[in-house]
Amino acid sequence: MLNQFMSYLGSNVTPGSANNQLWALIYVLIIFAGVSVAVMAMNWLERKALAHFQIRLGPMRVGPHGLLQPFADALKLMLKEDIIPAEADQFVFWVAPLIGLLASFTVYTVIPFGPSQAVSDMNIGILFMLGVSSLGVLGIVVAGWASNSHYPLIGALRSSAQMVSYEVAMGLAVVSAILMTSMKTGTGTLSMLGIVEAQQEQGIWFIFKFFPLGLIAFVIFAIAMIAETNRAPFDMAEAESELTAGYHTEYSGLRWSLFMLAEYAAMIAVSSIAVTLWLGGWMRPFPNLLHAPAWDFIFSLFPGITFGGLAAIAFIGTARMPAHSFFKVQRIGLAVFAALLGFLALLLLVIAVAGRSADTSLAARFNEGIGYVYWFVLKVAVFMYLFIWYRATWPRYRFDQLMKIGWKVMLPISLGVLMVTAIVGVLVS
Amino acid sequence: MNPAINAGMAPVATPGFFYVLAGLAVASGVAVITRRNAVHAALALIVTLLSVAGLYLMLYAPFVFAVQLFVYAGGIMLLFLFVIMLVNIERSSKERRFNRMWPVALAASCALMVLFLSAFVKGRTLFPDRLMPLPESSNTQQIAGMLYGEAGRMGQYTFAFEIASLLLLVAILGAVIMTKKKI
Amino acid sequence: MSSHTTDSTRNTAKDTTSDVSNRARSHLDLETPEKPYLDSNELIINMGPQHPATHGVLRVILKLDGEKVLGTECVIGYLHRGVEKIAENRTYTMFNPYVDRMDYVAAVSNGLGYCEAVEKLLNVEAPPRAKYIRVILTELNRIASHQLWLGTHALDIGAMTPLFYTFRDREEILKIFERYCGARLTTHAFRIGGCQYETYAGFEKEVKNFLAFFPPKIDEYEALLTTNRIWLERTRNVGVISGADCIALGVTGPVLRASGVKWDLRKAQPYAAYSEFDFEIPIGTNGDTYDRYMVRMVEMRQSLRIIEQAINGMPEGPIMGKVPKVIKPPVGEIYHSIEAPKGELGYFIVSDGSTQPYRLRVRPPSFVNLQALDIMVRGLLVADVVAVIGTLDIVLGEVDR
Repeated sequence: MLNQFMSYLGSNVTPGSANNQLWALIYVLIIFAGVSVAVMAMNWLERKALAHFQIRLGPMRVGPHGLLQPFADALKLMLKEDIIPAEADQFVFWVAPLIGLLASFTVYTVIPFGPSQAVSDMNIGILFMLGVSSLGVLGIVVAGWASNSHYPLIGALRSSAQMVSYEVAMGLAVVSAILMTSMKTGTGTLSMLGIVEAQQEQGIWFIFKFFPLGLIAFVIFAIAMIAETNRAPFDMAEAESELTAGYHTEYSGLRWSLFMLAEYAAMIAVSSIAVTLWLGGWMRPFPNLLHAPAWDFIFSLFPGITFGGLAAIAFIGTARMPAHSFFKVQRIGLAVFAALLGFLALLLLVIAVAGRSADTSLAARFNEGIGYVYWFVLKVAVFMYLFIWYRATWPRYRFDQLMKIGWKVMLPISLGVLMVTAIVGVLVS
Repeated sequence: MNPAINAGMAPVATPGFFYVLAGLAVASGVAVITRRNAVHAALALIVTLLSVAGLYLMLYAPFVFAVQLFVYAGGIMLLFLFVIMLVNIERSSKERRFNRMWPVALAASCALMVLFLSAFVKGRTLFPDRLMPLPESSNTQQIAGMLYGEAGRMGQYTFAFEIASLLLLVAILGAVIMTKKKI
Repeated sequence: MSSHTTDSTRNTAKDTTSDVSNRARSHLDLETPEKPYLDSNELIINMGPQHPATHGVLRVILKLDGEKVLGTECVIGYLHRGVEKIAENRTYTMFNPYVDRMDYVAAVSNGLGYCEAVEKLLNVEAPPRAKYIRVILTELNRIASHQLWLGTHALDIGAMTPLFYTFRDREEILKIFERYCGARLTTHAFRIGGCQYETYAGFEKEVKNFLAFFPPKIDEYEALLTTNRIWLERTRNVGVISGADCIALGVTGPVLRASGVKWDLRKAQPYAAYSEFDFEIPIGTNGDTYDRYMVRMVEMRQSLRIIEQAINGMPEGPIMGKVPKVIKPPVGEIYHSIEAPKGELGYFIVSDGSTQPYRLRVRPPSFVNLQALDIMVRGLLVADVVAVIGTLDIVLGEVDR
């Protein structure tokens, strides 16, 4: 075991490729913890951002500026009474959220946070991700059926029909991107790391390649992924003001929170696909144009600066809190949080500075790894913010309009983009 | 004993995984035919398909594994579930099982088993006797070559592939025409 | 369009289709258990009375064929409080606060209609200054009512944000009301014969501030919705009703105007100083939800115009007319209607010479407009029913009284 532990340090391939089970397990645990934290953060961000869009404040009481609200929500949901409808099928009712959760979390094994920061580099990475996401639909259908009430059943069938329809457009957009991976080498690759490395070799993010083909494919994928995850404006199946109340109506407490967990995890997963395929994955901006070591150093300061900015915002929030005894605990809490963020920022800056000179020192490798993960997470975070923005701004599509768009608009456009990309690719090479 | 270490998947605990997956496949296969509730049977079928997909993965066929997930478990079984849920079959699950033909069924399955065993015994030389080290990366490319390559040498199945896709298109059109109220 | 309507609303002119003529039978169908889901026969679904989208306690029984709506039946009366009967046991002055509670969103309009009706019965006219104050407050209330409509309607269709914007801006109007008469919602702003309260110090300044503050806000609402393709797809050609159908059913207000009929009581039968102002009546063309939305948005802007003219030209003078201390109108009857934000609001008062009315009948616009729901939702999908209920802008307090 120790041998396995030590032999992997210093390697620059993923644990899967290095056949190292211990480190693969460690990565899996890290990703699991990270995704759980990300889902909680996303929950908080959604409530705060939505509130700010709507000129209100959002949660402010539970923890300073509502930072502990996700914990309170999780605690509440865990302590809620677990209501199972009388006529429901017990086993299937219990297993349905797990299917969705399984599907949503399994895709994280192939998401590349960096050239060696992935659990495994499957040869068919992107295909695996799309395939396992389609298993998530089964969880929804089964959940709707297990509730033994025909409103959730209708809602579940609609949700799943919507997801299946947009999977087609998604898949075709993905294929357009995969086509572009074969431009330089002559053979394409389905592996997620291979796709990012192809973008690196060709020196261009695929969103800009064969302009505007890459952009159109990206836009189609961006729209389809919103429909895949049942988010606004495609969330008719789970809207509150409609008759059919959605597949998770009969679920209460912890089971419902599992559905929400699966939904947010799926959102992060499909955003990761979009980032990997079109936005260059873990690459920092302009790696070829600005490739001097000075530029490398400047860009490696970004993680530290980001956390420093967050710490500054938290400090300002502390200063602006009313100086009343009611707010004492919140002030202290926010100050501690700001201090933690500041400490993290300092640590990242130190690593960035220390790692700039030597190429193989520990600090340099940390620096690189942190940089890769940082840029990847930053791009995914932009998508998460967009998800929230869409939800705040737009009304909902009616279900038949939704399906019409999926089949009559998305599918022909993505087919067209695919064909034109193929033709252009053949002509260019 | 396992010579297949290359830049890709090296087999890990192969016998263990094989027995687990195969046992799961058999057990859920039995569950498919013994469960009264049709949705339970469909879910058991999904488990069977997933275990078989795992077996494909162990046979160095990752593309087939992914396609099995995507198409079979995620598409076809979903449609099975749609049909089962939308059609009112609670009545039939409460009725007595119509199983008076069980001697005939038993005879048929015994005959099938005899056929499998004789094929295995007689054709033993055709089966490989050890694990074949196939490079993992070749699965997708080889399938692509067979399906899309030049007719003749590489692409043996190009024509058949195109005909099959036309057939599927006809099936889709037929389904749409039969179910639409007005075109 | 003063019509002495009684309360039977089932005998509409368009009752010709077969499943609507089974309306009497649909009562019986309600007792039968719900049919299984996938039959292609009709399915009867009940919406409400507790439902996030029915704007009050309204029960709508939908007859569906799969997803399409074949017909609806509205069951009302969950908010009936016997207001008209109470009126027979109150003096005219005592009854004044009750009218606010009918259409509680546009309480000032209700008060205006009632006070003017009794004034007509008494043959008294409010002095010009009182009329101008009445016009200003009523138009402010029109804007507030339309804002509430816009927020809730957009929320039903799925846009969450306009609700908060409209409610935030509505606060400015409610502040003016509160400073004027002490109440935000059920204002009891006017008295029979004029107004009781003189405009407070700073009224003119605050109203002018509002006039400057509000037009960018309407632009904000329009920026979110008017050209948004999702909004267009949800509202265009949804809930279409023709002008002839509207007139046949007695539908008034923005619904009527959006169907192309140019009828607004402020221009057709002017009351309370409206004849002195210059404003336009927006007319729609298709009679669909989008046109009703646009009509109300333009009406908000036109209300600003009226308020501006009124506040700039406010005459001096008394605010209360010559009204006896004890109001005992002569024997007779009167019907007086005004253009409330939701349509024609009419009061029919029969006086027998005593201090209490013999009969007071209110013609609420929402009650009559609700008849149009059946025609509007024929052939639509279930998800549109919510949008159509929202676009009719009904307030159950007024429907049920």
